[in-house]
Amino acid sequence: FCEFLFPQASMMFAQCTQKRASSVLLMVLLCCILPPLAQASKSSEDIRCKCICPPYRNISGHIYNKNVSQKDCNCLHVVEPMPVPGNDVEAYCLLCECKYEERSTTTIKVIIIIYLSVVGALLLYMAFLVLVDPLIRKPDAYTQPLHNEEENEDARSLAAAPTPSGARTNTVLERVEGAQQRWKRQVQEQRKTVFDRHKMLS
Amino acid sequence: MDQKGYRRGSFQSSTSDEDMLEIAGASLDFSMADDDPPLDREMGGFSSYNGGGMNGTSTMMDFLEEPLPGVGTYEDFNTIDWVREKSRDRDRHREITSRSKESTWALIHSVSDAFSGWLLMLLIGLLAGSLAGLIDISAHWMTDLKEGVCLAGFWFNHEHCCWKSNTTFTDRDKCPEWKSWSQLILGHGEGAFAYILNYFMYVIWALLFSLLAVLLVKGFAPYACGSGIPEIKTILSGFIIRGYLGKWTLVIKTITLVLAVSSGLSLGKEGPLVHVACCCGNILCHLFTKYRKNEAKRREVLSAAAAAGVSVAFGAPIGGVLFSLEEVSYYFPLKTLWRSFFAALVAAFTLRSINPFGNSRLVLFYVEFHMPWHLLELVPFILLGIFGGLWGAFFIRSNIAWCRRRKTTKLGKYPVLEVFVVTAITAVLAFPNEYTRMSTSELISELFNDCGILDSSKLCEYINDFNSTKGDDLPDRAAGPGVYTAMWQLALALIMKVFITIFTFGMKVPSGLFIPSMAVGAIAGRLLGVAVEQLAFYHHDWAIFSGWCSPGADCITPGLYAMVGAAACLGGVTRMTVSLVVIMFELTGGLEYIVPLMAAAMTSKWVADAIGREGIYDAHIRLNGYPFLEAKEEFSHKTLAMDVMRPRRNDPPLTVITQDSMTVEDVETIINDTTYSGYPVVVSRESQRLVGFVLRRDLIISIENARKKQDGIVSTSIIYFTDHSPPLPPSSPSMLKLRSILDLSPFTVTDQTPMEIVVDIFRKLGLRQCLVTHNGKLLGIITKKDVLKHIAQLANQDPDSILFN
Repeated sequence: FCEFLFPQASMMFAQCTQKRASSVLLMVLLCCILPPLAQASKSSEDIRCKCICPPYRNISGHIYNKNVSQKDCNCLHVVEPMPVPGNDVEAYCLLCECKYEERSTTTIKVIIIIYLSVVGALLLYMAFLVLVDPLIRKPDAYTQPLHNEEENEDARSLAAAPTPSGARTNTVLERVEGAQQRWKRQVQEQRKTVFDRHKMLS
Repeated sequence: MDQKGYRRGSFQSSTSDEDMLEIAGASLDFSMADDDPPLDREMGGFSSYNGGGMNGTSTMMDFLEEPLPGVGTYEDFNTIDWVREKSRDRDRHREITSRSKESTWALIHSVSDAFSGWLLMLLIGLLAGSLAGLIDISAHWMTDLKEGVCLAGFWFNHEHCCWKSNTTFTDRDKCPEWKSWSQLILGHGEGAFAYILNYFMYVIWALLFSLLAVLLVKGFAPYACGSGIPEIKTILSGFIIRGYLGKWTLVIKTITLVLAVSSGLSLGKEGPLVHVACCCGNILCHLFTKYRKNEAKRREVLSAAAAAGVSVAFGAPIGGVLFSLEEVSYYFPLKTLWRSFFAALVAAFTLRSINPFGNSRLVLFYVEFHMPWHLLELVPFILLGIFGGLWGAFFIRSNIAWCRRRKTTKLGKYPVLEVFVVTAITAVLAFPNEYTRMSTSELISELFNDCGILDSSKLCEYINDFNSTKGDDLPDRAAGPGVYTAMWQLALALIMKVFITIFTFGMKVPSGLFIPSMAVGAIAGRLLGVAVEQLAFYHHDWAIFSGWCSPGADCITPGLYAMVGAAACLGGVTRMTVSLVVIMFELTGGLEYIVPLMAAAMTSKWVADAIGREGIYDAHIRLNGYPFLEAKEEFSHKTLAMDVMRPRRNDPPLTVITQDSMTVEDVETIINDTTYSGYPVVVSRESQRLVGFVLRRDLIISIENARKKQDGIVSTSIIYFTDHSPPLPPSSPSMLKLRSILDLSPFTVTDQTPMEIVVDIFRKLGLRQCLVTHNGKLLGIITKKDVLKHIAQLANQDPDSILFN
């Protein structure tokens, strides 16, 4: 997910024709983190056998939890102390329902934290584009990218066109800027197609 | 042909194609991290090409032999040429096979080329499964966030929070670690004020989530809204939509899908999961040359990725493959079948190992009972089928009407406000009723559930007679007051869901409609099931019940009715047949219920088809005007090719290029004056005998390249498409040979060919255009857009609604 947290760096990567390398890296990262996470650290608090026993005669209902393996997950192993005398145990146990459950708290924690950080990063980037970017780019007369502009489209495209052609200094910053401009124009186009002209995705 | 052109503002036509110019002109910027860069005349030709190009020292022979970068690629919103792509793949395969005999390295290369498909499927399955696990866990957590928070760790949802603590039998859902918002703020959870506070927090969270979703969609990836399945169907039929399956769309769709589902809106995540899986497929295709460069092969991969998407959505790999075959794909060769199954299995296995629901199940509403059913119950099942069909037709009509209104009136100008208002209405109406307050998946899970002794929900509050209970097998019992309350609450929930989904599907957030339709059907089914159960209990002496339902026996399972209802409604909306039954039977894990499911699915499809021909996805395709040639319907009119071809009687004659008598300037004039995407090449204007067909994009690229790189090419240079240059006086400028870009085998039909054969040819071969000849001479051209307009005209629809080409 580093690619999404640092989109500028990722654009650079794309330009250096290490596009494939970065994609491979990303895929390896994703595919090798998540599944092993699932099997990782099955700590003892993450498995249990849960038996629910309903009210029986004059005994009230009760829930029993115990940390046993799957083949021991039945009424006889889990329900302790047994509330009924020996000859009633079978009838009582017929009513109880035992389920083996396991979970991985690490997976849940990691996934939620990854999700929240991606959302936070996207929000920060959006705030940057809306607030900070226009101030930096004041001489370029590049208007804010988040608003629909139907009137300024020609002015904007003319203003944006000189950036890639002409004197390509090829510095890192120039390329990043060029990539970002291109991405912004793409999003603008998509926004016009979907939101303004309603040509797609009614 | 009304196709788009490159130059802005110089097009004289006043049809709706004019709008397309804007799209074409501005999408000429390239997406470097995306597919092949489109052509951009404004940016001065080749100096800005990045993907390699010809260096200046190439000779004329190199120029002729190597294909130029850009030749053979397609513009945005255009249809691919299936025939060309497939033959290119065969050539590539032939070359690799022939070279493999030369050296060990080449042999390894050919073996790895053969395996690359399987490796790609494996990667797609892993990525799709991981993303689905992320979506499931996050959505589960965020849905519960509306109600409270877990003090033992904010990342736990309600169920996981209470995992560790010792809950009592009567209060199974409450535990001290989970605090609702009123408990957190006020310190106690009872009372009117606490209820109002909970209500308020619920609405606030819902609004926050949905606003965040729509802002992210609008700001970063506008293509991420909606369901995605209509557009993917169009893409798989050969259409190109750049950026629709890109990285940003993937990220934004994943993130905003979770937000949209958690905000309590009446939408599901299955359709968007298909889009997410196809994005994964498209992105991973860039790792392999075989799939990156060939659009037809790529679409095979996308079919498999769609299967993986449905497989993780429902935990049904076989159902996923069948869904991809039936609903999404256009061409589905047998090789794709096996590979799709592999990808679907890998995805399901990955999701299972992430284990989002804690019991190794992939779906929240997995059904675990296996109660038998009786043949007489087929009558209520067929009734449910009829209900499903009626509801499906009603939903499609109203949703399309609402979406059309959104497209054409001022309503469409305020997408953020629309999402805000719909979420506000949904949240305000949903909170009071406990069945709409819970997430739709949980609702379906509860409705599918067969009541046992241990269930404490209101729906299972029957009047128990403990003396006659034997084990867990409960007989049919009289309904207690809890059940009656649940019934009218469910009826209200049904009405609300029926109406609110119409306005929710199609909004500018990712929205699916499998879960809402299943919910509608499940509610209706459960209501009917409980009604039949009570009928059988109170009137067990009637003739229809006495045979098989004696008192004290458990004969009617309302959970089964809910399942059949869900299948019926889903079938009525999407018109799925085989894939629906297989998905539902994989959900139940057994073959017992195949007959009721099939009966309901068939009935609902027939009833819905009697009212309206199209499913929801085809209706949206038609609404948006995508150039999708429907493969399932027969063309039954008796028109001929000459009724459809262009030029028509009053049009100017066909624009052709001669094979060796036109100059560069002439060709450039033709390109600038017309907007056709290709030109037939004839021997001479007098004879009009066909040589081949050349594409506009290839012409532009070749001519510009020749002007820059080749010596002596000026405006008066002759362009020739023949093998040997025509004889000319020695003082004339050097000639330009463009035979390499000429398609020497264009498809032709005669003008008397019936249109049903022409439509069949277009469908089966995936053509973009077809030339029409008369007595061996070129007469006109039929393009796919002409065919679509013709079909629309004959079906009395608006032929101008076919927007794209």
